[in-house]
Amino acid sequence: MISVRNVHKRFGSQVVLDGVSIEIEPGKTTTVVGPSGVGKSVLLKLIMGIMTPDSGEILIGGENITKARSEAAKNDIRQQLGVLFQSAALFDSLTIYDNIAFPLLERSGLSSSKAHTKVLEIAESLSLGAYLTNYPEQVSIGIRKRVGMARALITEPKILLVDEPNTGLDPLDGQEVYDLINACKNQWGFTGLVISHELPEVFQVSERVAMILGGKIIAEGTPAEMIASADPAVQQFLNGRTDGPIKIQ
Amino acid sequence: MNLVSATERFGSLVINSTEQWGRSWIFLYRTVLALIKPPYRPYLYLQQLMMIGVNSTLVIALIGLFTGAVLAVQGEYTLAKFGATAYTGPAVALSLIRELGPVLTALMLIGRAGSAVTAELGIMRITEQVDALRSMAVDPIKYLMAPRLAAGLIAMPLLCGIFNVVGIFGGYCVAVGLLGLSPGTFMSEMTSAVGIVDVKSGFIKSAVFGLIFGWVSCYKGYTCGFGAQGVNKATTQSVVTASVAVLIVDYFLTSVLTRVFMD
Repeated sequence: MISVRNVHKRFGSQVVLDGVSIEIEPGKTTTVVGPSGVGKSVLLKLIMGIMTPDSGEILIGGENITKARSEAAKNDIRQQLGVLFQSAALFDSLTIYDNIAFPLLERSGLSSSKAHTKVLEIAESLSLGAYLTNYPEQVSIGIRKRVGMARALITEPKILLVDEPNTGLDPLDGQEVYDLINACKNQWGFTGLVISHELPEVFQVSERVAMILGGKIIAEGTPAEMIASADPAVQQFLNGRTDGPIKIQ
Repeated sequence: MNLVSATERFGSLVINSTEQWGRSWIFLYRTVLALIKPPYRPYLYLQQLMMIGVNSTLVIALIGLFTGAVLAVQGEYTLAKFGATAYTGPAVALSLIRELGPVLTALMLIGRAGSAVTAELGIMRITEQVDALRSMAVDPIKYLMAPRLAAGLIAMPLLCGIFNVVGIFGGYCVAVGLLGLSPGTFMSEMTSAVGIVDVKSGFIKSAVFGLIFGWVSCYKGYTCGFGAQGVNKATTQSVVTASVAVLIVDYFLTSVLTRVFMD
């Protein structure tokens, strides 16, 4: 569904991704983990076509987003994506209702009445009915994440990209987001790519896990395989130790 | 060694500045293109016209009123030395219409609305709202920049018109009410001295300043750096760059327009 092939990206003299390759299988959720600053979010932005790799290619549903030169061509490929951002990235000037309806009205060109029905449906599914007239700053970060999820899923995308699902959340809200991802996956069925450094909590939404370090994917497998991995860097990261091959910068 | 590093720094400065300059022109080109191409979202344009134009009316009128009043006092004082106080009306009107109206309106709008536009776009950028738009296949240039550029282009000449009218009224009140000039003299000398070319010249200047306002404030917001400091820096740069650009462009426009309209 998503194919990242030998992608390189550098900012000035700093190499962020150094030949990253990863296959994200249809219908499964893959999580990319790694310490802060190793290029996980950069990888996500490359997949979204917001950044362009220095070399390598990224295919989404068979279409090469790195070859799409114009914004319009990239937009055609982005139709397959729904994105839940780290801070939800809701539009401050719009109500929760308008935030959820936004992609339907702007992207799908749906009539207001049809959009209204869909918004109410998804708001009901995600228990957001009581907040529709509120603005994002009037609700908690947990609710904002739910609204972000509703906005990402309302166009029924084939792929859901999730950036750091529980950053800034307390353990209860964090667990709620994981439950939400699993519930949404059961209801809507999508291919998922989650970026996270929250281990081992994030394993509960992952069927595959890849660890990125030093600009490369150093380990890949199921959550059980990762836990059993003999790679000292994986073990150090999983156990949250400061001693080991990963140097804290 | 010092010479080498100084040359490197200078070279890097030149390359960065040229790159920024080029990027800002590409940004303007893309925004103008986005203005022309459908789909059009009239409500976004009206929203921005409201924020940039309508909400600035009161402060522009207030500045205009007192600018006109000051011009009347200064004009009457200077002209009295030559026994020509009858020309206070033309002095006030020509100064406002040809020069002070467009320039002061632009500087006020840059300070009031330009900084707000840059800060708003900058915050949208650092909170990933701009990325969210792109991820939803919505072009941020079309959705965010084009309405703001258009609003600047439309609002600036209209606000300048208000500034001029209120300014002349302020000048009239002071010259006639306080300095004892005859109302007939003020009005008749003013109407005979001010021609359509003066109004045209002021209008062209305002439109160009409107473009500078929208271009600089949107570009600085869109290319804002990280965090609160990034927004702070972008907002300051936006106000300073746009204000300086207005004053520099004003000189060249005045030179060209004076020549064009004199011929």
